[in-house]
Amino acid sequence: MTISIRSVEKTFGRYPALNGVSLEIADGELLALLGPSGSGKTTLLRAIAGLEFPEKGQILFNDQDMTYASAAARQVGFVFQQYALFRHMTLAKNIAFGLDVRKGAAKPPKAEIDKRVDDLLNLVELPGLGKRYPAQLSGGQRQRVALARALAVSPSVLLLDEPFGALDATVRKSLRKELRRIHDATGVTTIFVTHDQEEALELADRVAILNHGVIEQVGTPQEVHDSPVGAFVAGFVGEANRLEGSVKAGHFQGGEIALPAQGAADGAAVAFVRPHDLIRAPAGEESFFITTDRINVQGPVARIEGKTPGGQRIEAAFERNSAEGLRRGDKLGLTAQKAYVFSA
Amino acid sequence: MSPRHATEDAPWVKALILAVMALFLAFILLLPMISVFYEALRKGWEPAKAAIQNPDALAAIKLTLITAAVTVPFNAVFGVCAAWAVAKHNFPGKSFLITLIDLPFSVSPVVAGLIYVMVFGAQGWFGDWLIDHDIKIIFAIPGIILATIFVTFPFIARELIPLMQEQGVDEEEAAVSLGASGLRTFWSVTAPNIRWGLLYGVLLCNARAMGEFGAVSVVSGHIRGLTNTMPLHVEILYNEYDFVGAFAVAALLCFLAIVTLALKTLLEMAQPQSRPARH
Repeated sequence: MTISIRSVEKTFGRYPALNGVSLEIADGELLALLGPSGSGKTTLLRAIAGLEFPEKGQILFNDQDMTYASAAARQVGFVFQQYALFRHMTLAKNIAFGLDVRKGAAKPPKAEIDKRVDDLLNLVELPGLGKRYPAQLSGGQRQRVALARALAVSPSVLLLDEPFGALDATVRKSLRKELRRIHDATGVTTIFVTHDQEEALELADRVAILNHGVIEQVGTPQEVHDSPVGAFVAGFVGEANRLEGSVKAGHFQGGEIALPAQGAADGAAVAFVRPHDLIRAPAGEESFFITTDRINVQGPVARIEGKTPGGQRIEAAFERNSAEGLRRGDKLGLTAQKAYVFSA
Repeated sequence: MSPRHATEDAPWVKALILAVMALFLAFILLLPMISVFYEALRKGWEPAKAAIQNPDALAAIKLTLITAAVTVPFNAVFGVCAAWAVAKHNFPGKSFLITLIDLPFSVSPVVAGLIYVMVFGAQGWFGDWLIDHDIKIIFAIPGIILATIFVTFPFIARELIPLMQEQGVDEEEAAVSLGASGLRTFWSVTAPNIRWGLLYGVLLCNARAMGEFGAVSVVSGHIRGLTNTMPLHVEILYNEYDFVGAFAVAALLCFLAIVTLALKTLLEMAQPQSRPARH
């Protein structure tokens, strides 16, 4: 199912949570809403689910206006950060809930519900645990049950609010793969909220980046990382050295650091340089020098930290080989292969 | 010295605190309790039995039970509604509502009784209208029930509000997003989650409803056999120097309270993991 969000606005008291958000989500897509806390990403997800109602704008499911439809009428599957399993029901009852509450002809016969529950327990790799209670499960297992419960109603769209936020790093990684597998197996349009960019970039087909209730950029993980459209995205997605300075005639100057800045308007500007876009410059071609104060080798990558004579902190990431022989306190000549410059 | 936990006190400190507690409880609670039963049975079993079987005493027992039977369900419904509104919703005036719920705890029960006399009494605001329509509230059973409801209404709401706040609205939202109606969500999700807290609240409310004196005393009129509850009957007998009778009825009242608390303890034992006891 396609979902269209058109100029949606929502305020809590005097604080605007969504400030004219528009977004198109394609059928079968796996989309991440990424942003810092307070960016409005959860509010947007809840507005799609019918758990919040916007003041302005429209939310369409397949061209049908659902802006003010009740949560029950939308047929969405919602997964909460804190699982929100019904604590007094067995796992089987939890998963069957969405089918059990249906009335009349819409309610499947009991045998069919039982079969559906078994299938879903298999899908989330918890076979035979239907008689347990939520309190008897680990966090990761509970979130799998929550996922199965949301999928039981064959939702038109699956919405997940920070689904792995309460889990430890290892479980989070494996559940991430699992969500991708389940998404590919069911083909259901899926939107998840996260503040963890690694999670968003690894899992999603497309990422929508929110800040202060506005969508800053929507694109594939590669697009938002390699071609940020603004200072916020450049600083938020991936690592970057942030430099303040000014642009004059296509050149950025920030302290002793000069960078090419084609197309940027003259005036005050900020530049972002990714650590891995900095390389050791051959003698005579250095753009600037730093004095290294920390060298840290992690697997194939050497991470160098240091300061320019003017005091600007710089972080660089080299292939391990090119950092060979480098010592703390050494003067190092660098040049940037790529920089993102935006008017400040 | 054997190793002990950082927050654990030295053995002599522990013993001292326990001894102080035990002494305090013995003097303030246990001794009076024993004396009630001792005085009731001072002249043997028969006079005590006769005092309880006296028609006025039986009427008082019946009135007390009726009052509790009406008050507790009313306050259960009210308590659940109030707790649900306060814990699961945001609305203007919410903190004012919480303050209102606490009012009966801070207002003297005698004042509560007087308020009802002011409103419903013969000289009260609705006095003429009530007399015209031949409705008796003050110096009659409705007044006693009203006063008891007033005094006991925070018990269940106060028990449920923290419980429901702690549980949050996630489960309700999950139920709604799965297609459940509001009513279905309440019965399938909210109600099962609060049933133990509700039961505790009901038992405490019941104990207080049977024992209420001040407010009931003002609105009752002390008509023997008609508007006397057990606590009022105890006072009358005591003032008439019928000590055996007074203590016999008092002992019965104590017994009802002990049964209530025993039930509560049994429930706590049956549900050890449900939550820590708050009372």
